[in-house]
Amino acid sequence: MLLGHPAESLRLPWSVPLASFSLEIDALSAFFLVAIFGLSALAAAYGGGAWRAGPGRRGAAAWLAFNLLVASMALVVAARNGILFLFAWEMMTLASWFLVTLHHDRDEARRAGRIYLIAAHIGTAFLLVFFLGLAGVAPTLDFGLSGAPAASTPAAGAFLGPSALFLLAVVGFGTKAGFMPLHMWLPEAHPAAPAHVSAVMSGVMIKMGIYGLLRMLPYLGPPPAWWGWLLIAIGLVSGILGVLYALAQHELKRLLAYHSIENIGIIAGGMGLGLLGTAYGTPFLAALGFSGALLHVWNHAMFKGLLFLGAGSVIHATGTGEIEHLGGLLRRMPWTGAAFLTGALAISGLPPLNGFVSEFLIYLGSFQAAAAAPGSMALAGMALIAGLALIGGLAAACFVKAFGIAFLGEPRSARASEARESGVLLRAPMAILAALCLAIGLMAPWLLPLLQPALPYGAAFPAPALAAGFGTATTILTRVTAVAGLFLLLVLAAVVLRRALLARRGVRRSGTWDCGYALPTPRMQYTASSFAQPILEVFAPLLGTRVSSLKPMGLFPDKASHATETPDSFRERVVAPIAAEVARRVAPFRRIQEGRVQVYVLYIALTLVAVLVYQFLVNP
Amino acid sequence: MNPEGLGGPVLAILFAPLFLGLIQRAKAFFAGRTGPPLLQLYYDLGKLLRKSAVFSRTTTWVFGLGPVAGVAAVLAALTLLPQGGLPALFAFPGDFVLLLYLLGTARFLTMAAALDTGSSFEGMGASREAAFSALAEPVLLLCLAAAARVSGRTSLSGIVGGLTEADWQRGAPVLVLVGAAVLAVLLAENARIPVDDPSTHLELTMIHEAMVLDHGGPDLAMILWGAALKLWVMGALLVGLLLPVRTGILALDGGAFLLAMAVLAIVIGIVESTIARLRMNRVPQFLVGAGAFAVVAIALILR
Repeated sequence: MLLGHPAESLRLPWSVPLASFSLEIDALSAFFLVAIFGLSALAAAYGGGAWRAGPGRRGAAAWLAFNLLVASMALVVAARNGILFLFAWEMMTLASWFLVTLHHDRDEARRAGRIYLIAAHIGTAFLLVFFLGLAGVAPTLDFGLSGAPAASTPAAGAFLGPSALFLLAVVGFGTKAGFMPLHMWLPEAHPAAPAHVSAVMSGVMIKMGIYGLLRMLPYLGPPPAWWGWLLIAIGLVSGILGVLYALAQHELKRLLAYHSIENIGIIAGGMGLGLLGTAYGTPFLAALGFSGALLHVWNHAMFKGLLFLGAGSVIHATGTGEIEHLGGLLRRMPWTGAAFLTGALAISGLPPLNGFVSEFLIYLGSFQAAAAAPGSMALAGMALIAGLALIGGLAAACFVKAFGIAFLGEPRSARASEARESGVLLRAPMAILAALCLAIGLMAPWLLPLLQPALPYGAAFPAPALAAGFGTATTILTRVTAVAGLFLLLVLAAVVLRRALLARRGVRRSGTWDCGYALPTPRMQYTASSFAQPILEVFAPLLGTRVSSLKPMGLFPDKASHATETPDSFRERVVAPIAAEVARRVAPFRRIQEGRVQVYVLYIALTLVAVLVYQFLVNP
Repeated sequence: MNPEGLGGPVLAILFAPLFLGLIQRAKAFFAGRTGPPLLQLYYDLGKLLRKSAVFSRTTTWVFGLGPVAGVAAVLAALTLLPQGGLPALFAFPGDFVLLLYLLGTARFLTMAAALDTGSSFEGMGASREAAFSALAEPVLLLCLAAAARVSGRTSLSGIVGGLTEADWQRGAPVLVLVGAAVLAVLLAENARIPVDDPSTHLELTMIHEAMVLDHGGPDLAMILWGAALKLWVMGALLVGLLLPVRTGILALDGGAFLLAMAVLAIVIGIVESTIARLRMNRVPQFLVGAGAFAVVAIALILR
């Protein structure tokens, strides 16, 4: 499909009202399918290694849920009917919920499952209304089948305008994607699930929200500019706060979960830029924004998948993901360490790896807007530039912390010093993903043209103008690749030179020169909390970090401690009060839930009678 | 790719250590000393390259990767930089993003190398470097965005290599503000006073020097050389922004560029001699102040 093959479709009747079993695979679907199947296959291989000992009695059930998750994601991107889409969507939510609560003997897993289930269903509720709103437009809930009439502009009779539908879609799909402040479930669910499930959930499942937006928005007609603004604003908030919260976390998987929010923010920013380009009729900007967002979907699937697998490997070997208890793992787990470093560089958006390329496309679009576009669009470009730069710098800081404290230096605990490298089934998927990160980073110019058929709103522009935009972007990426390749060659040359110079004079080994201090211990090393402190102090008003500290006292201090914890302030300050209030208000309704079957039968009978009476009185 | 663009990197490689020598001389003059020879850094580099090295038993290959990638990244970044009348080897829209991110790769690996030693001094240096560079990066990119708006172009060749007198007449206030902000970022990113002090090694307030405490021999040579080149890159950015001499005659443009670089070195020397280093917790304010300059510049140009 990505190579220009026409779309394949299948349509079967289905007895559910408004529904039909309509499937189609076009370029956009194919694009997401590649990511889904690619990452899931690698994650499954990894899971095979990690679960070799077996997750206990639930082994078969766990694999069933994993396979269901993958199949339902494939169905989501292939479905071309609202009911079928929601059916697949729900299956995806439930399958992943089973995986999140796999270790349901643990409190935090049960809690995470509960939060996830509630959040996902609030999102689905919005989507239900969204699809019903679309149904006001089209006679069936089929969409986008080639041949079938696509609902291009909402009819006058539709009970919801396109902007209302847009907001519903943003909330509904955004909950799955993890837009702030709808992200609550992400940092709970990812750490609770097994590593390879987190990889799939973070790498591709949350992208289903992105897919939904990209798929559905064109049906709402030509976008007004404020849609783009809204997505850029959401993107910047998610991106900056996501990375700041990540910086404040000291548990590997939780940290990675917040980084998913950050990367979703980058993707949303790209989509916002694309929408602005579409609204103002600038094909080059639309091409750059949307293709940057799309490419980042792939890239994030790769490096985030890689990092979650790496974190899983660490937890497998040491029994903990707390960065403060790790250290020196690169020596003990060379494969995991090298793979994690690659992923860390990629997620920080640094050349020559893949994260840079997609961010570069969004930067390029932003600068194009900032330099030449009319006022308001230029402002959007400037905002994106500043936001992306801040996100990039903070992400680099966060991953220097995560990699440096966990893998470098001396082990901070006995478990870390006894760590062993994971088996080949765990290493191979990581190695493949790391190689892919580098390959995409260097092959971007050849990849970019594949995105053109998948571009949303592609039909809104004359084909030659769009093709010209892609042509220019491809030429630019060729040069980027040339410089990135030159960089790698220079690194190689410098390595050879260094070898030659050191071989002549020899190298001695000694202890770290700790400014003359002769008896350093691992506990004297810099910690993750200390590393992040200068940044967190600057952004303290946004974060609400709790510090519990016991300062050394007296002439002979015996005990001192310092601990920081950064809970999600959205959860604590916004959602928790609302949830408490809602729970209080709906408490009286609990009396309806009697628990006796007879009472429920009575309810059914009463409802039937009420409907009958209504029918006779109002509609004789 | 412009073959004549090879001249730029050669120029930088030849003159970057001299630039530092000039700063040292200016500082020495203000302190009433004679100061080290102008070519001191060349001697240092030559000596360090011939030395052996002592590695900590804690370190891994990441420790060696830091200096190596640092030099390679700055050299690659040089191919994107137009200097004086010399065009860049590679010029394309958005090339400065690649340039800054290449420096970002170098910084990432330098910080990782620092943490590799397990020394808390170097961890401290890396932590501060991470914090301050995360604040400096957006300022620099916003400055470039404002300059891009003035020139209407989105590549370094357009922004720093192609700003004309006409652009200056239209956007002088913007460009002055941008120049001030870039100078502030230059001082912060290159470990100069008032953010960092390049001449001490063991102060607890150190950033860059604290990160490289354990490096010696060829590694230290690469770090010093890389730092000199990075200072040159940022200096050339600033000079390109502020010096609209475009006669088209290579000798004239190049001469003006080199002269301006010399003036910049002396200005940095004066700044370092007359201003005290800021307290660590004041540095974010310094950078946010530079950011405010950039935002005002943008407000002026978008008005």
